[in-house]
Amino acid sequence: MNRCMIVWTLLLALGGAYLLARAVTGHMGLAYIRQRSFDAQAEFRGQIAEIDVQEQATQAAGMTLDKEKAERRNWLKTRLPAVQGIRWTSYDRVTPREQLNRNGQRDPDVRFSWSNTIGIWLAALGTLCILSFLYGDNVFYKLAEAVIVGTSAAYAMVVGFWSTVMQNLFGKFVPSLVRATVLPSIPESTQSEWIYIVPLILSVLMLWRLSPVGGWISRWPLAFFIGATAGFRLVHYLHADFVQQISSTIVPLVVFKTDGSVEIGTTLKNSGMVASVLACLVYFFFSIEHRGSIGRIARVGIYILMITFGAAFAATVMGRISLITDRLTFLFDDWLWWIDPIGKRVGL
Amino acid sequence: MIEFFRHLDRRWIFLAMFFAIAIPILTGLTFPEDPSPMVRSVFQTVDDLPEGSSILIACDYDPASKGELEPMDAAFTRHCALKKHKIFYITLWPGAVPMIKKNIDILEDEFPNYKYGVNYVNLGFQAGQEGVIKVIVNELQDMYSFDDDGTNLDGIPITRDVKNIQQMDLIINISAGTPGAKEWIQYAATPYGIPMIAGTTGVGAPPLYPYIPDQLTGILGAIKAAAEYEQVLLEAYPEQCNNPRSRLGQQRMGSQLVGHLLIIGLIVVGNIVYFSDRKRGKV
Repeated sequence: MNRCMIVWTLLLALGGAYLLARAVTGHMGLAYIRQRSFDAQAEFRGQIAEIDVQEQATQAAGMTLDKEKAERRNWLKTRLPAVQGIRWTSYDRVTPREQLNRNGQRDPDVRFSWSNTIGIWLAALGTLCILSFLYGDNVFYKLAEAVIVGTSAAYAMVVGFWSTVMQNLFGKFVPSLVRATVLPSIPESTQSEWIYIVPLILSVLMLWRLSPVGGWISRWPLAFFIGATAGFRLVHYLHADFVQQISSTIVPLVVFKTDGSVEIGTTLKNSGMVASVLACLVYFFFSIEHRGSIGRIARVGIYILMITFGAAFAATVMGRISLITDRLTFLFDDWLWWIDPIGKRVGL
Repeated sequence: MIEFFRHLDRRWIFLAMFFAIAIPILTGLTFPEDPSPMVRSVFQTVDDLPEGSSILIACDYDPASKGELEPMDAAFTRHCALKKHKIFYITLWPGAVPMIKKNIDILEDEFPNYKYGVNYVNLGFQAGQEGVIKVIVNELQDMYSFDDDGTNLDGIPITRDVKNIQQMDLIINISAGTPGAKEWIQYAATPYGIPMIAGTTGVGAPPLYPYIPDQLTGILGAIKAAAEYEQVLLEAYPEQCNNPRSRLGQQRMGSQLVGHLLIIGLIVVGNIVYFSDRKRGKV
């Protein structure tokens, strides 16, 4: 073991011991939840009573109740029989200081949460694994990278399945079946829309690619998607970008005030913008050789492009610093409990 | 000295950057913000709308851009709630669902009179990228039949009478890429004349400036603009000064300043090394 390795091993061991000591003594990375039980009918009655009180107050002041509130009360009353017997429990994440109530005593509804605590520790260790790439490529970085890619893909697929495939496709194609199985909130009045058989068939044809025979069938829906997407993107691009941007560039080069004098600021801005656009267009015009005056204008175009790229790069640097600031704030605040910028642990 | 910098291991620069960012966070270093005319213009766009206006907040970003966009997203949410606007949350990014939930946490914690379904609603995510905008600009329920909790939109007071997003008084798009602000401009703001403001990442801001002012009312570019927006909000609503959560962007500006000073210093040193080498004929 060389000297460098010994130093790193010692540093890691000391860091690990420090984290272990703080974790064992309950001074870092802990999460809490508030458990609340609900009865749907009681909740509805409470809201109705609240609106009734507001109505009495407004009537006492010689006014009438807000239309929206009256509508909400009617809606709550009509739904009241349907929600009988519906009860549930919610688990809301709370800050550590909420363990204590206003009198400084333990709040019985707030309890330690293993799952959220593990979440904080996983997020912290994942952040450190990713940051370890700055020292050099290593197995911890690769593990964290694989976890991110896998969970992101799975998350997007699940969200897309429930919001698009179930709600927008089957929820409209066979609403009664979807209501009876997975989405009870689909209204009874919803009728089957047979037009949705078209996207269903196209989807099946797309998945045919996985079949050992007839994989070429997937080219038909693909051709449809590419054609349709290109079509409507072209129209909107022409309208919003091409035509509108040309229109926005057609501005007066010299702007006069009402008293007839020249408004220098706006004149310089407009002239500069038009000159910059023309210079950049000349740079990308390759049908004429960039020599003489054309070459000089093209060179100005390059400078303008460089200034634009410089501004974009500077803004990117600002963005990257924001991202590392966010992660370090998470590590120092939620995990290590070194800082408390928004008072999550005041009084503990 | 020049020889030292010429062969400096890049990991020392990473370490220096770590300290440049970590020390301001640990010491709580912040600086006063002087809001720019653009930020004030964006603020006025939201503030000048009459109470109860309908605002669509499209949160098109995911946790990867949270550090940059969360502060401005939270500031927009607070501002809309302070003005008692109706808020419709929506996203074209699957990873943005937890981001919207954070906004809802703000409304639940800081604005207890704001009721879900009455003052705000979370329409959640829909796949289809700009195709979703293309549809909901004419018929909301063709894409969004339910809110994010699976409640039918006809059963939610705030959405019951909304046919399409042309009924919105303002679109606020917080964008980290595609689909994002550009798509909202192309498919909703420009063809239907819906007023729109955008909050973007630093890298996303420069390509959007040409849309101002005809197609985009204003833009907040990155964390600096978010911190300035918080400052205008605090000036207009002093009761927010007691809320440390309303300074999220400003709390991150100390690290920005020190980090940028380090980068400027490194650029200067790098150039000195380069010109020194060129003088000696090594380049």
